[in-house]
Amino acid sequence: MHKLRHSNIGRLMFFITVGILLFLASNRVDELRVYQGATLAMYVIAISSLILLTGYSGQVSLGHGALLAIGGYSAALAHNYFSFPIWLCFIVAILVAAAAGAVLGTAAARLSGPYLAGTTLALAVGLPSIANQFGFLGGEQGLLFDVGMPPARLGATFSPYKWYFWIAGVTALIAIWSLQNILRSRFGRTWRAVRDNEVAAELVGIHVGKAKTLAFTVSAGLAGLAGALLAMTISTVSPSAFPLALSFSLLTGAVLSGVTSLPGVMIGAVTLVATPEIADAITSRFATSDNVTTNLPGLLVSALLVLVVLLVPNGPAEQVRRIRSRRSASTHR
Amino acid sequence: MTLIVSDLCVDHGAIRAVNGVSFRIEEGQLAAVIGANGAGKTTLLRSLSGLKHSTSGHATWHDYDLLHAKPEVLVRHGVSHVSEGKSVIPELSVEENLDLGALWRKNPGEARETRNAILETFPRLGERLSQLADTLSGGERQMLAIGRALMSKPQLLLLDEPSLGLAPLVIAQIFASIRQLTIQMGLTVVLVEQNAMSALEIADVGIVLNLGRVAVTNTAQQLIADPQVRAAYLGY
Amino acid sequence: MFQLINTFLIGITSGSIYSLMAIALVLVWRSTRVVNFAQAGQALLSTYIGFEFIQRFHSFWIALVLSMIFGALISALVDLVFMRLLFSRNTQGPIAGVAPIIATLGLLGLIRAGIGMVLGSTDANIRPPVSNVGFTISGHTLAFSPLKLLIVSATLVLVLVLSLIFQRTNIGLALRASAYAPEIARLAGVRVDGIRTLGWALAGAAGAAAGMLQTPNGTGALSSDSLEFSLLLVFGFIAAVIGGLESLVGAVIGGLLLGLVLAFVLTYISGSLVFITAFVVLILVLLIRPSGLIGTKRGRRA
Repeated sequence: MHKLRHSNIGRLMFFITVGILLFLASNRVDELRVYQGATLAMYVIAISSLILLTGYSGQVSLGHGALLAIGGYSAALAHNYFSFPIWLCFIVAILVAAAAGAVLGTAAARLSGPYLAGTTLALAVGLPSIANQFGFLGGEQGLLFDVGMPPARLGATFSPYKWYFWIAGVTALIAIWSLQNILRSRFGRTWRAVRDNEVAAELVGIHVGKAKTLAFTVSAGLAGLAGALLAMTISTVSPSAFPLALSFSLLTGAVLSGVTSLPGVMIGAVTLVATPEIADAITSRFATSDNVTTNLPGLLVSALLVLVVLLVPNGPAEQVRRIRSRRSASTHR
Repeated sequence: MTLIVSDLCVDHGAIRAVNGVSFRIEEGQLAAVIGANGAGKTTLLRSLSGLKHSTSGHATWHDYDLLHAKPEVLVRHGVSHVSEGKSVIPELSVEENLDLGALWRKNPGEARETRNAILETFPRLGERLSQLADTLSGGERQMLAIGRALMSKPQLLLLDEPSLGLAPLVIAQIFASIRQLTIQMGLTVVLVEQNAMSALEIADVGIVLNLGRVAVTNTAQQLIADPQVRAAYLGY
Repeated sequence: MFQLINTFLIGITSGSIYSLMAIALVLVWRSTRVVNFAQAGQALLSTYIGFEFIQRFHSFWIALVLSMIFGALISALVDLVFMRLLFSRNTQGPIAGVAPIIATLGLLGLIRAGIGMVLGSTDANIRPPVSNVGFTISGHTLAFSPLKLLIVSATLVLVLVLSLIFQRTNIGLALRASAYAPEIARLAGVRVDGIRTLGWALAGAAGAAAGMLQTPNGTGALSSDSLEFSLLLVFGFIAAVIGGLESLVGAVIGGLLLGLVLAFVLTYISGSLVFITAFVVLILVLLIRPSGLIGTKRGRRA
């Protein structure tokens, strides 16, 4: 099984299998779970984009929410003003966000540490307010993004949420499969080289600036796709759909996933979907005031972020791996 | 007051840089620690001044445990360390660099006295008091670094390669000053040096380190005369 | 003509607030090499505390001083608990450099959520302690009022006091030495850890001042998710970067410069472009003179 996973055909089979399993599962669970499944798929893509950027190319972004917003708005605009079919809207989202990522990336490639962090944070804070300023972006209310009802041949009882889940699920599978391919290609190797030691990378002829910008572009494209999916699931795009808290959540998800491992992305995504549920459970159990209810999810996510960064900065999965390898090393003394 | 080091082991990750080093230096002695690059000399000094955590062993100065205190605490117990190469702060003036060493002292009058004594030994510093340390030559910087260490009125002075990067004439000057100050201020000095000859010439005692262990300990005179030491470290 | 003067005055006023925030960020950066994004949350908390004191003592001035003291204490606490914990662990991996920054970001979220929970329904409103009605000159009303004069002078006083402390006192020498070369400072007997906490405390006080002064200048209302404080953080950061993260004077100049530029954009171009302008200024400075317009060429790597 191990060898099978690593060959390309093996991986393809893996994804197809997962797809079939998801399809079967979607027929057996209730509306809420299906809807959450769609959100989960969106988070998987969004967190993966951060894992690519930070874990594989060593750049930090505190404002990926802004890139999701760009993707979401592009998709909505493409749909509302040009009547593009949904799949084309997603492509538009990817391209526009990637373009933004390319621009941002050329600047980001020359920055590091706190400067990059601050710049991306600035973007996350300010971008939603830009939407307020321009009329065609729908202002405070935002725009509608209605992907329409599921096709008739799926039957009258096929709910829109299941439709969202199918779209999101397939999109996520394709996206992650593609991302994995890219990461295993020479691009991935280049990025890892840059991440580990920029100077050494330059010395072997890697153009560090270009590599970093490319990573940012791909990451942004993925983020834009996630943004379009997010817009689909809530049927709107508005400044309040992409708040600063979203960037925090994604960051938390990425750190939880273990920033260097793509397979770990499920940990982060599941946590992000589960947190509101947990918060709900707590608030209904303890009959809390309005203030506590609205702020509890944010509190949980922030607390999680702080705890993980302080205690297991490379993610719980990596920590377990390290403990295991240390143990096996000591038995060899 | 003696410096007693016994079975000191210090690790750099997986590498044992100092491997069971033991020696004893009496009060008022100037001990030269010589050896090749990577012999563990700097690591030894850093573990004595609290900058590097030691793995095992003991080191006491006047019965005070040197191995488990932070550098700033050790200073208050009379231990001053001039670290290798970078012991002045270039963004501060000469005067500020000196004053830094006496900040923790309660008595400003005494601190001023000490400063005057130091400026007598190193008159060049007196000429450049208000200049930024950045503008000093290599030799002047070393004088400043030593001066700053002396401002704390130490009893134990740890010097890490003061001759590094300096011209021979300057080295001779500085070493002469070190010798003079040792006697004048009643210091006990541990002098780590690559420049084995100059160090042994002003020292009372010599300790030769090799790959983290003590190879030879003897009086400086006898080490200079020792043919093996001469072949390995003194060049003739 | 008056529009020009007014724009200038608006720029100076808002620039002063940015300077205060920038000073807070620079103080922490110099002593710890960390950008403390939670500074905005701490400022918010300090301002809430200030509001409570206004209720209690019916005096803005007492509340201002007390909120600054509390701001200092809160900040020192963050350093003691948070930062010492962070630095005692040796991190590797791609996050290592920015782990502290991400941690402060998490702390920011924690503080805001916490404030929302505990104080969310408090109707906090800080009214101006002096009139906010503009001075009039020959029939024209200036965009400058006693309140704005207070803001600018308070900033000046704070900067002067801080500069005096840094340049002329022993503590200031210890602060500078610990920031430039912590190892050498330790070897000289400076208690670097304690000094660092002091630096954080000063930063907390500056942030509290920014919050207390800006709130009555804006809408007067305090809320945990106010965009105002987020923008304050961002603009403060940009101001600090313009000045080069290394110097207090740079922070002030950066703040004033940013304030002026944004004021001119606001008045003569369009209010909706203010944020974009700030962002563009940030990018330009980072690309062209990364060490800041004032800073020496010491590089912009952490």
